[in-house]
Amino acid sequence: MECERCHQRPATVHVTQIVNGDKRTMRLCEECAREIQVGTMGFFPQIDFHNFLSGLLHEFGFPTGPAVVTAGARCGACGLTEERFARQGLLGCGECYRYFGPRLEPVLRRIHGNTRHMGKVPERTGGKMRLKNRLERLKAELQAAVSREEFERAAELRDRIRELEKQLQEG
Amino acid sequence: MPIKDIVSNPHSPWMDGTGPEADIVISSRVRVARNLAGLPFPHMLNQIRAEEVIRAVQAAINGREFRQKVGHMELIRMKDLTPVERQVLVEKHLISPDLLESYEHKAVAISADEVLSVMINEEDHLRLQCLLPGFQLQRAWELVSRLDDGLEATLDYAFDEKLGYLTACPTNVGTGLRASVMLHLPGLVLVDQVKSVLGTITKFGLTVRGLYGEGTEAKGNLFQVSNQITLGQTEEDIMANLVSVTRQLLAQERAAREALYRERKDQLEDRVGRAYGLLKHARMMTSEEAIRLLSDLRLGIDLGIIKNIPAPLVIELMVLTRPAFLVKVVGKELSPVERDVYRAQLIRKKLSAAQQT
Ligand SMILES: [Zn+2]
Ligand SMILES: [Zn+2]
Repeated sequence: MECERCHQRPATVHVTQIVNGDKRTMRLCEECAREIQVGTMGFFPQIDFHNFLSGLLHEFGFPTGPAVVTAGARCGACGLTEERFARQGLLGCGECYRYFGPRLEPVLRRIHGNTRHMGKVPERTGGKMRLKNRLERLKAELQAAVSREEFERAAELRDRIRELEKQLQEG
Repeated sequence: MPIKDIVSNPHSPWMDGTGPEADIVISSRVRVARNLAGLPFPHMLNQIRAEEVIRAVQAAINGREFRQKVGHMELIRMKDLTPVERQVLVEKHLISPDLLESYEHKAVAISADEVLSVMINEEDHLRLQCLLPGFQLQRAWELVSRLDDGLEATLDYAFDEKLGYLTACPTNVGTGLRASVMLHLPGLVLVDQVKSVLGTITKFGLTVRGLYGEGTEAKGNLFQVSNQITLGQTEEDIMANLVSVTRQLLAQERAAREALYRERKDQLEDRVGRAYGLLKHARMMTSEEAIRLLSDLRLGIDLGIIKNIPAPLVIELMVLTRPAFLVKVVGKELSPVERDVYRAQLIRKKLSAAQQT
């Protein structure tokens, strides 16, 4: 019988492996058997990333089986269920991050050690986002100024807020 | 170069052997994941909406501003390529194998110089890629970022202020960035240190995998090292980390090669000479054997043991002798035995042509 892996040398060894939770026995030549065993020594951590992720999701309380779907356990935008997410490791749409947000946070923290984006912001739409951020800050400052009765400062801030709002509306 | 030519040309600029540290860093790649706002991710898309994504990208790359900023890119649907041509794009590292699965509504856009590509409807709507020869991560990031800006000029991305670029898999969210280097590490393999050296780099948030072989093997001593974390760091930080770890690996590989040459010169020269002899004279060769011998030959070239073969030819041969490419070159389906015969023939021809020039 020939080796199941290289189909060249005769099979002389039986090797049992656990792949995705299934036990598999292969008849291999010595060379292939050695290569396979060397390969499992553990510096390839991403071999089955989806399995790893779905294990992680279960650990954080995402359902393991096709459980009864409760309200809120489904993305309101795309309809992805928690159960399907836990099984596939894939979210269904951008809104999923909002629907599953609080439950996703510890998962993200475990994967990335962090939950806040620090990198690039889209050039065009991100510009609007930066304006929005500045607008929020100005509005907070305005409230503070009014409560301190700094009316001159408040008037100044109102002008800048109006200007920013105009910019935002014009896109 | 039109895509129909790209799939028949074995050469790609990333195999040039140019760029810094090209004796060990074969290529540098930066990929970013992007999704369009308001559309479910590809695995939740029906056919009509998947087509929408392709059409949106087509419109974006046709725009005048995009062409000025990024240059010309050609888009082709996977279903318009033959199975062999699709496989060739994988073997040239221009697309990922995932793009071949249920490819009905998947597509790719490639720049004429093959440096930039955009995979459409893979795991995410868009996967932007830049692939350069040698150790050029920073440059690759600049080019991808410009491509990104060019597309974003007309496309609305799914972006969240707190979480960054939203991706189908939460392991990619944030920057959506995967930066990687392809390293040829025969020295570390020969001195039996590759496992301990590569094992330590996972502590730096990086992962390693063998380039050829099923998951765990590294045939041809080619390894791909990439970042694992995408959220909470800037793109620059992610790349700086990969760059500094790669520099360490380079130093270790060089030290291993020097030690081998110093202490086991005869064995090393014998190994290289045997590989060269087999490659020049064998009449049948499996792809596994070819990759292994080509790695030895490449080491011999890098160490100056073999002088008349240009180093980039070795990488080109590694790609050229992959199964799909061979079929493309020969122009017909091949039985396993025929494949081994053609492979050996092709290597002989290329090596003797290189010697004569
Ligand atoms: Zn075997
Ligand atoms: Zn959703």
